[in-house]
Amino acid sequence: MASTEEDGSVEEKENNNKKRTKSAIAVAWLTFYNIAMTAGWLVLAMAMMRFYIQKGTHKGLYKSIARTLKFFQTIALVEVVHCAIGIVRTSVIVTGVQVCSRIFMVWFITNSIKQIQNEESVILFLAVWTFTEITRYSFYTFNLLNHLPYFIKWARYNMFIIMYPLGVAGELLTIYTALPYVRKTGMLSMRLPNKYNVSFDYYYFLVIVMLSYIPLFPQLYFHMLRQRRKVLLGEIIVEKDE
Amino acid sequence: MKHYEVEILDAKTKDKLCFLDKVEPNATIGEIKSMFHKSHPQWYAARQSIRLDPKGKSLKDEDVLQHLPVGTTATFYFRDLGAQISWVTVFLTEYGGPLLLYLMFYFRAPFIYAPKYDFTTSKHWVVHLACMCHSFHYLKRLLETLFVHRFSHGTMPLRNIFKNCTYYWGFAAWMAYYINHPLYTPPTIYGEQQVRIALIIFLFCQVGNFSIHIALRNLRPPGSKTRKIPYPTKNPFTWIFLLVSCPNYTYELGSWFGFTLMTQCLPVAFFTAVGFIQMTVWAKGKHRSYLKEFRDYPPLRSPILPFVL
Repeated sequence: MASTEEDGSVEEKENNNKKRTKSAIAVAWLTFYNIAMTAGWLVLAMAMMRFYIQKGTHKGLYKSIARTLKFFQTIALVEVVHCAIGIVRTSVIVTGVQVCSRIFMVWFITNSIKQIQNEESVILFLAVWTFTEITRYSFYTFNLLNHLPYFIKWARYNMFIIMYPLGVAGELLTIYTALPYVRKTGMLSMRLPNKYNVSFDYYYFLVIVMLSYIPLFPQLYFHMLRQRRKVLLGEIIVEKDE
Repeated sequence: MKHYEVEILDAKTKDKLCFLDKVEPNATIGEIKSMFHKSHPQWYAARQSIRLDPKGKSLKDEDVLQHLPVGTTATFYFRDLGAQISWVTVFLTEYGGPLLLYLMFYFRAPFIYAPKYDFTTSKHWVVHLACMCHSFHYLKRLLETLFVHRFSHGTMPLRNIFKNCTYYWGFAAWMAYYINHPLYTPPTIYGEQQVRIALIIFLFCQVGNFSIHIALRNLRPPGSKTRKIPYPTKNPFTWIFLLVSCPNYTYELGSWFGFTLMTQCLPVAFFTAVGFIQMTVWAKGKHRSYLKEFRDYPPLRSPILPFVL
């Protein structure tokens, strides 16, 4: 998205013929980061399973893992920086949107609305996230070490087919369940009159967020399907001209 | 005089799209585009990008065939830029919207606020002032589009009009809703003095912005696409050229800053901030191309904010 007022035609990316080799420090840091994140989400997975096995219920599970979840999910913000400084070749915006939506779910929904913390939908998306993140971070780790076991590659590019819709279902159900509590408490909302001459209704904001899944989810899903065809099946896909 | 042969290939598929023989050596790319259009009527000249290399830069309409690094059989690559729309059309639409939308909120048209407020007017004089300033600003922009600006490109991609209108119309509606709201609170920090200073800043920057537009227009003779370094003129408002490459953006930022101060409205502050970011990106780009094109470009100048940015 580079069209500007000055150049009305679609801006062409300058052809960069320099070979992009990552510095050793970048590789070392990324390897460390991805190992740490894999470990973190593994810890989360095990803590969740242990709680359920010991207590036999999911009530109170969120509370027991809340701190660990908040820590590891928030740290993921650094991945946006990785893209920005170029040591990871992904769009800053795509990564930013993904991380922000996670941060939003954790801090602005689950963490702040205590009444929904024991909902099944929370366990659903937590389970999906945990599985997905362990696969993703171990994939990156092995890639950086140049020893990628096929089953990890297989998992990364196949499990999303059911994980993604399940995760979306968990998230949407959670937000939906939270709505009445948001309305009742008027949390994060601002009404007129006030000296900033602005108003914000968190309830309607959440409704809009839920609706935005409709255009956004298919786009991300089909993007992953395309990646899958390219990586696993070796298909050469001619990119549609923008 | 030996004639050229021109073949045009699709930049992506490398298919032969068009073959022109007996082309004059002094034919321009623009003329070649017209010829190409005849064989492919769906691709009018404005949506053709003709280049020497499939991934290279577009050639200019003014480029002459015999001055290009090609043999007597020239091969060009074509890329479809997509449906195009004229700059003038886009500007008129994207500026006309805010002008009209704001007035709808100002006059409190039905279905915006509670029915008991329909067609009432605000009791705060700053609200009337804000309406005059906002309307003046967009009227000025419309008139400049029609009579002042000289555009380098005739057209831009069609999808831009949807993007641009969403931005301008959306923000205009958002700002207008709060400023003209029955529960609007006039500036509280410094009250009337704040509004007065804000108005002075706003008017100063409107005149400044207009002066820059006139100065830039005078750099370029009508119908030409020449590029020259802008310099300060007799008009004191243009003396800022000593310190800044794109003072039109500097003044524009100043105007909206003044309007923010005047209305003390957070959505206006947001609009100013977003506009500032976008204009800074454009200013930096323009500054860079000035530096690339002109060896003797004044070193003291910054893109948009003197010494700072």
